[in-house]
Amino acid sequence: MLNKKSKISIIDYKAGNVQSVLFALQRLGIEATLSDDPEVIQNAEKVIFPGVGEASTTMAVLKEKGLDKVIKKLKQPVLGICLGMQLLCEYSEENDTQCLGIIPQKVKYFEANKNEKVPHMGWNQIYDLKTPLFDNQLENEYTYFVHGYYVEEGAYTIATANYIQPFSAAIKKDNFYATQFHPEKSGTIGEQILKNFLSL
Amino acid sequence: MLAKRIIPCLDIKDGRTVKGVNFVALRDAGDPVEQAKIYSNQGADELVFLDISATNEKRKTLRELVRKIAAQINIPFTVGGGISSSEDVSKLLLSGADKISINSAAVRNPKLVDELSKKFGSQCITVAIDAKLIKGEWIVYLNGGRISTALKLFDWAKELNDRGAGEILFTSMDHDGTKAGFACDALYQLSEQLSIPIIASGGAGTMSHFKDVFENGKADAALAASIFHYNEIAIPDLKDYLKKENIIIRNYPTT
Repeated sequence: MLNKKSKISIIDYKAGNVQSVLFALQRLGIEATLSDDPEVIQNAEKVIFPGVGEASTTMAVLKEKGLDKVIKKLKQPVLGICLGMQLLCEYSEENDTQCLGIIPQKVKYFEANKNEKVPHMGWNQIYDLKTPLFDNQLENEYTYFVHGYYVEEGAYTIATANYIQPFSAAIKKDNFYATQFHPEKSGTIGEQILKNFLSL
Repeated sequence: MLAKRIIPCLDIKDGRTVKGVNFVALRDAGDPVEQAKIYSNQGADELVFLDISATNEKRKTLRELVRKIAAQINIPFTVGGGISSSEDVSKLLLSGADKISINSAAVRNPKLVDELSKKFGSQCITVAIDAKLIKGEWIVYLNGGRISTALKLFDWAKELNDRGAGEILFTSMDHDGTKAGFACDALYQLSEQLSIPIIASGGAGTMSHFKDVFENGKADAALAASIFHYNEIAIPDLKDYLKKENIIIRNYPTT
């Protein structure tokens, strides 16, 4: 069951979608805290790590605020979203960026072809869903993606989507969960996934 | 597979929608938030808000509106109209817009596109192009078709692609308002030449026009205003139709 009083912290480093994540939780009746304070983040019951934008700039901001070290040490459930997911990985081809290295995966650039443009923008289906982040009825549902780089399929993949080739729509290692799509913008399907995360 | 997107566009002036909207469920026909909610519930895949007042003193009103929309709407939305600087973009994104759309500012200062895509990421920078077919050549126009430029559509679109635009919103001024179908030939050529997604705008009148723009125009998304606002085509019906015609479309919410 959702505990509406549980302390949810959204890591606030002025990423574009921080506000959208906060609003999405509010629509679920959950009050979350936006914070860049290491103590608040460490003591939260659950942490959301959003992100849109460019990898190297965002990594620099995280380091400047000392948040890179804070994120690596988190033991509670963490949900990375979009660029947040990519930064949990080891390395990104986007401007040759060393990321947080929490999930041993690489982030690669999509090569556009004649029929498939880059960025991958819009609603796409997610499948081969694993872990309680997804329930069975979400199989093949559409979620909203907008990204030019992707995480390959691998041992940590817990959801797949197909664009240009199959890639990781979501990954998980230990307490770190992450989605390439934006649950905060994926209508009622996204709301269900956020609820599932908050119920972990 | 990636679904084709259906995008209603709302014209905003001083925080209110300009054209009256014909929905029984609507309590306040000028409230953009209420309209956005209805479209979102009907299965619209994205929304575009175009601020046509867009004077400096109205900017704050727009940001407040963007906040209200972001608080209540669970699908992505783009905000355009009068955006001319990195500060404008930053404020709108922090208010909760997912993407912004620029048009004449890019024509006046093409480097703005490079700057914005580097700073905020290509994915949130849409560039709108309005064009007319003049003596067999597609020419770029500004201010809703009132001011012509020396730019040619295909060259300009390619330049925007190379400068880091995340997507092109192409409106054919010749087709806009005619309800006779989209500019599929020009759209097809754009699609062949660009590596970024294209939103088709101008000319939607029937459901088959949407099929046509996805199949023959190779558009990634289709935008329309009045046919949705006046309920001439209901989005759920359009999505059912397109699915039957084997176009890949996201299911609309069943609740």
